[in-house]
Amino acid sequence: MTLIGWAQIALVLACVVAAAVPLGRYMAAVAAGRVTFLAPVERVVYAAAGIDPRQAQGWRGYTLAMLAANAAGFLLLYALLRGQAVLPLNPQGLDGLTPWLAFNTAVSFVTNTNWQAYGGESALSYFSQMAGLTVQNFLSAATGMALALAVCRAFARSGVKDLGNFWSDLVRMTLYVLVPLSLLVGFAFVAMGMPQTLAPFAEATTLEGARQVIPLGPAAFQIAIKHLGTNGGGFFGMNSAHPFEGPTALTSALQIWSQQVIPFALALTFGAIVGDIRQGRALLLVMLAYVLAGTWAVYGSEAGGNPLHLALGIDAAQGNMEGKEVRFGQALVALFTATTTGASCGAVNAMFESFMPLGGLVPLFLIQLGEVLPGGVGSGLYGMLVFALLAVFVAGLMVGRTPEYLGKKVQAREVKLAMLAVLVLPAAILGFTAVALVLPAAVASIPATGPHGLSEMLYAYSSAAGNNGSAFGGITADTPWMDVTLGIAMMLGRFAYAVPVMAIAGSLAAKPRVAESVGSFPTHGPLFVGLLAGVILILGGLQFMPALALGPLAEHVSLLAGKTF
Amino acid sequence: MDTMMPMGQATRRGRAAAFTDRTLLGRAALDALRKLSPAKLVRNPVIFVTEVVAILVTLLAGLDAARGQGFAFQAGIAIWLWLTVLFATFAEAVAEGRGRAQAESLRRARGEARAKLLVRADDRALWQPRGATELKLGDLVLVEAGDIIPSDGEIIEGIASVNEAAVTGESAPVIRESGGDRSAVTGGTMVVSDWLVVRITAAPGSTFLDRMIALVEGAARQKTPNEIALDILLAGMTIIFLIAVASLVGLASWNGRPPSVPVLAALLVTLIPTTIGGLLSAIGIAGMDRLVRFNVLATSGRAVEAAGDVDVLLLDKTGTITFGNRQAAGFVPAPGVAERELAEAAVLASLGDETPEGRSILAYARERHGTVAPALPEGAKVVPFTAQTRLSGLDLPDGQYRKGAVDSLSGSLGVAIPPALAEAVERIARQGGTPLAVGRDGVVLGAIELKDIVKPGIRERFAELRRMGIRTVMVTGDNRLTAAAIAAEAGVDDFLAEATPEQKLGYIRKAQGEGRLVAMAGDGTNDAPALAQADVGLAMQTGTQAAREAGNMVDLDSDPTKLIEVVEIGKQLLITRGALTTFSIANDVAKYFAILPAIFVASYPELGVFNVMRLASPESAILSAVIFNALIIVALVPLALRGVTYSPVGAAALLRRNLVIYGVGGIVAPFLGIKLIDLFLTLIGVA
Repeated sequence: MTLIGWAQIALVLACVVAAAVPLGRYMAAVAAGRVTFLAPVERVVYAAAGIDPRQAQGWRGYTLAMLAANAAGFLLLYALLRGQAVLPLNPQGLDGLTPWLAFNTAVSFVTNTNWQAYGGESALSYFSQMAGLTVQNFLSAATGMALALAVCRAFARSGVKDLGNFWSDLVRMTLYVLVPLSLLVGFAFVAMGMPQTLAPFAEATTLEGARQVIPLGPAAFQIAIKHLGTNGGGFFGMNSAHPFEGPTALTSALQIWSQQVIPFALALTFGAIVGDIRQGRALLLVMLAYVLAGTWAVYGSEAGGNPLHLALGIDAAQGNMEGKEVRFGQALVALFTATTTGASCGAVNAMFESFMPLGGLVPLFLIQLGEVLPGGVGSGLYGMLVFALLAVFVAGLMVGRTPEYLGKKVQAREVKLAMLAVLVLPAAILGFTAVALVLPAAVASIPATGPHGLSEMLYAYSSAAGNNGSAFGGITADTPWMDVTLGIAMMLGRFAYAVPVMAIAGSLAAKPRVAESVGSFPTHGPLFVGLLAGVILILGGLQFMPALALGPLAEHVSLLAGKTF
Repeated sequence: MDTMMPMGQATRRGRAAAFTDRTLLGRAALDALRKLSPAKLVRNPVIFVTEVVAILVTLLAGLDAARGQGFAFQAGIAIWLWLTVLFATFAEAVAEGRGRAQAESLRRARGEARAKLLVRADDRALWQPRGATELKLGDLVLVEAGDIIPSDGEIIEGIASVNEAAVTGESAPVIRESGGDRSAVTGGTMVVSDWLVVRITAAPGSTFLDRMIALVEGAARQKTPNEIALDILLAGMTIIFLIAVASLVGLASWNGRPPSVPVLAALLVTLIPTTIGGLLSAIGIAGMDRLVRFNVLATSGRAVEAAGDVDVLLLDKTGTITFGNRQAAGFVPAPGVAERELAEAAVLASLGDETPEGRSILAYARERHGTVAPALPEGAKVVPFTAQTRLSGLDLPDGQYRKGAVDSLSGSLGVAIPPALAEAVERIARQGGTPLAVGRDGVVLGAIELKDIVKPGIRERFAELRRMGIRTVMVTGDNRLTAAAIAAEAGVDDFLAEATPEQKLGYIRKAQGEGRLVAMAGDGTNDAPALAQADVGLAMQTGTQAAREAGNMVDLDSDPTKLIEVVEIGKQLLITRGALTTFSIANDVAKYFAILPAIFVASYPELGVFNVMRLASPESAILSAVIFNALIIVALVPLALRGVTYSPVGAAALLRRNLVIYGVGGIVAPFLGIKLIDLFLTLIGVA
């Protein structure tokens, strides 16, 4: 680790926080309908879709609308991927995807996971990328944000059913937040050298005289929303490590910023909507603390280098550089890694599989902690609020009152729903992984042996269930078993989590807001920040310790003993 | 009942049965075994899962034994799993046992009662004998001196002194009479003198005494809302850890053999929150018990929990905040008169006055001027108070001393009140006091200020409540000015002057509308609507039947200030639950460090570096964790029964303290405990 490295990290995070503050308030204003500069466009959209944006929806109505929108998105994308051969903008003449792969991919992009079992540049037509994936990149992100807004309103309101209108939230978040930011970042990417073209792949002759096909495409703007919407599905198979997808250290830094800015800002939006910005700040600080801790762990592990190499007398000044791009360096890789896994993005600018075992443990663990640090756009905030409710419930009793969060009593119904939500990740991750490790059809997907193989499988299901989408690597993902089970894990991680959360929102909105007093549990100070961080670790993380012990930890201690797999 | 009882000296019911009481523990041990029945345990998901796992491991150990294989380790695990379950049921049994002795003495009082059923309301001579349990609602019974009142009822005729010791533990008899606020009688209490005609107001089996018996026995105990929520959390965590442990079968198969079932069982049981799961119901019972021993009966655990949540406390001025009778609080001499001279005259004028007011004048003069009241001098003649003169005093050879209402005195003496004194008198009246003029031989010497005295220490209690986040509101029939003066002196946050029952109700509704929980104490029939509306309504045992029905708690000592302690007991209950939950969850960290390396060290010997406690062997590590997990339940039983100490320091400070003790302590303690147990096991050569 170097001072310059930490300065880079600090600079990027400072830019994130600096932008999150105004963006958070701006999004609260958008949510409240106070931003109207695109009102004519909004009206056209509403009219075309036959939506009354002022119609109030209770949690059931809101959730059903969300599920309907996502089901429609899934069917459309599935059809599109299957039929891309006969659809336009297919200069390479690519075939349609197999049913398994199309299912997996459609689920993946609808759930904001962007797990890619296909090779981007070699399997999908420009049309599939633009009309299919990019559209879903916007919609899945806006879906998460809309849900988060509904949950925020539930805390701010009392004695009502009304959580807002899903369609209007979806449209407004897309129009006023995602599209403008994507344009901004997209142009920046173009300026930094990313391709944005509909021309066919370029052909080049190498110095040795060989013929080389260089994939191109409308990449820059898709990559912008890929990060801003914490989608993470790369235009190119190598994702942000690809020279066209992550040409420079500066683009990588901008990508980190793009991944974090909306989730962090949403924490402050929460504060603004509930009328106490300090509440949002506390959540933001928990997120920031984990990003820093994760970055530190990856950075320390990777910059330290591989002890086996050191023992051979290899200069370790650069640390463990396997699977990393020299143009980014250890610090940006570490920050990118902690960001992309903490934020449920899944874009990568390095190969996790080539990390040191402990370096590889960090992204895995950050995903398993529930994708709340800061989590995906929207989903991170509502996931964090679930943990906040549980933290308040457990520790809140210790101040001698029925626990309340922001004046809302946390009672049996909320606890039940919160536990249902928290159950989803361990059930999907550990359940599927345990089965896959003994099922021959699944075991065939893992070439590696020993703890490393276990890590690969564990990572795949963690990434899917956490709606992250990044891959540890090494695994053959496009088999019917993997396509289907990973697809199910993604759906569970998204919808089996979101529905209970929305039910909590419905329950909270109906409750009166209890007046605060000095006897109330304070949820904005450093004590709560520490408590929440601890609860995330204990309720979100402890259950994965046995699995992690058998994976990265076993690999780490074996490596120290000179054993490799 | 004595409403002037100094605070904190309310009679406590019974003794807290010591945790070490042998007969109690013996009986609890038997009950603990009885509670092992899965049909009963299923109410407690964490301990139920533990029992299922214990059964499974027992069967496996038995199978190994039958096959002639080594089974000592499995059997050891099985034994300690059973002990875990047993300790949990034992904790509950001990908590229940503490109320039982009390319930039995109550039952005796109920069982012996015979009733004299009146045939006609107007003929006391004609009655038929009936058993107490045969009485129906609306029956009229005659109760004479020496009789036990057969059931709850309303006095419709008569006045009698009643010994209520069976219910209140207070043996001094109280007066009960028809009409007014003292017309309710309780079944099981005894008429000591005179007679009463009582209309029965409780159906058999649902009298106050019946409810009290059910309550102290814990038979009527239902899970409180908060307990249900906590149960769900614990069940959820149990499921999560079930998934984590079950998935190990697949995960560990990847590179080696999966751990054996007893080992997985040990891991599961140590990870699920057995500590709080085992103590949860004991905490609830003990909380109710604390209240009962404090001589307050709650109709439900829900009410006790609500007490912890209270934001606003409505307290009657008279008897709660003030002593309720006027006492001397100042001398205001007329111009040209020394205060000492006035004091001496006042003492003489009051020598023959046996009323509390008169006594208070003597006491005040002694305290302030050291004026010791002389014995009644020879030749003195006491002039008693009459409604006509509105004066009293003493005639001595050297002068006539008089005290009385200011205008009466000036009228009788035929002198005008000096303007400066008139002004002072006016001021006293305005502040809610009562001025008494003192005269000697036709000269007005000055005035005595009588006022309702705020109880000592009450101001500090209110400050304490404020630190707890609770607002106190004084309710009084006095006018605004008087109320404001006393409110300022007592340090309440708000007051309700010239309060009518409607205003009280309105005030409570308004506070509730703002999201606050309200507690109040009351005894009169006109308090009943407000008592019912309040989230915590503490009715006085001396109060009317209507008030007792409306409230959700009854104070047997009829001391309204106990509302403050009731709130503290409610808070203590919640804190104890939270603290032990936090402790239980925090324990998991150390258990991972004990068990995981032990389980996986066969596949990956290098994982031994995580055996930070340096436990002797995998077997002893696993066994030590299981033993610690069982013993910690017993170790925490006293704390669960006693409750975590509550101090009114504000939520933030309280949270910080409890997080350090139970959160950080919960992480550290098992490291030490498991290591010690491991050392012990190694020492005795078990592992």
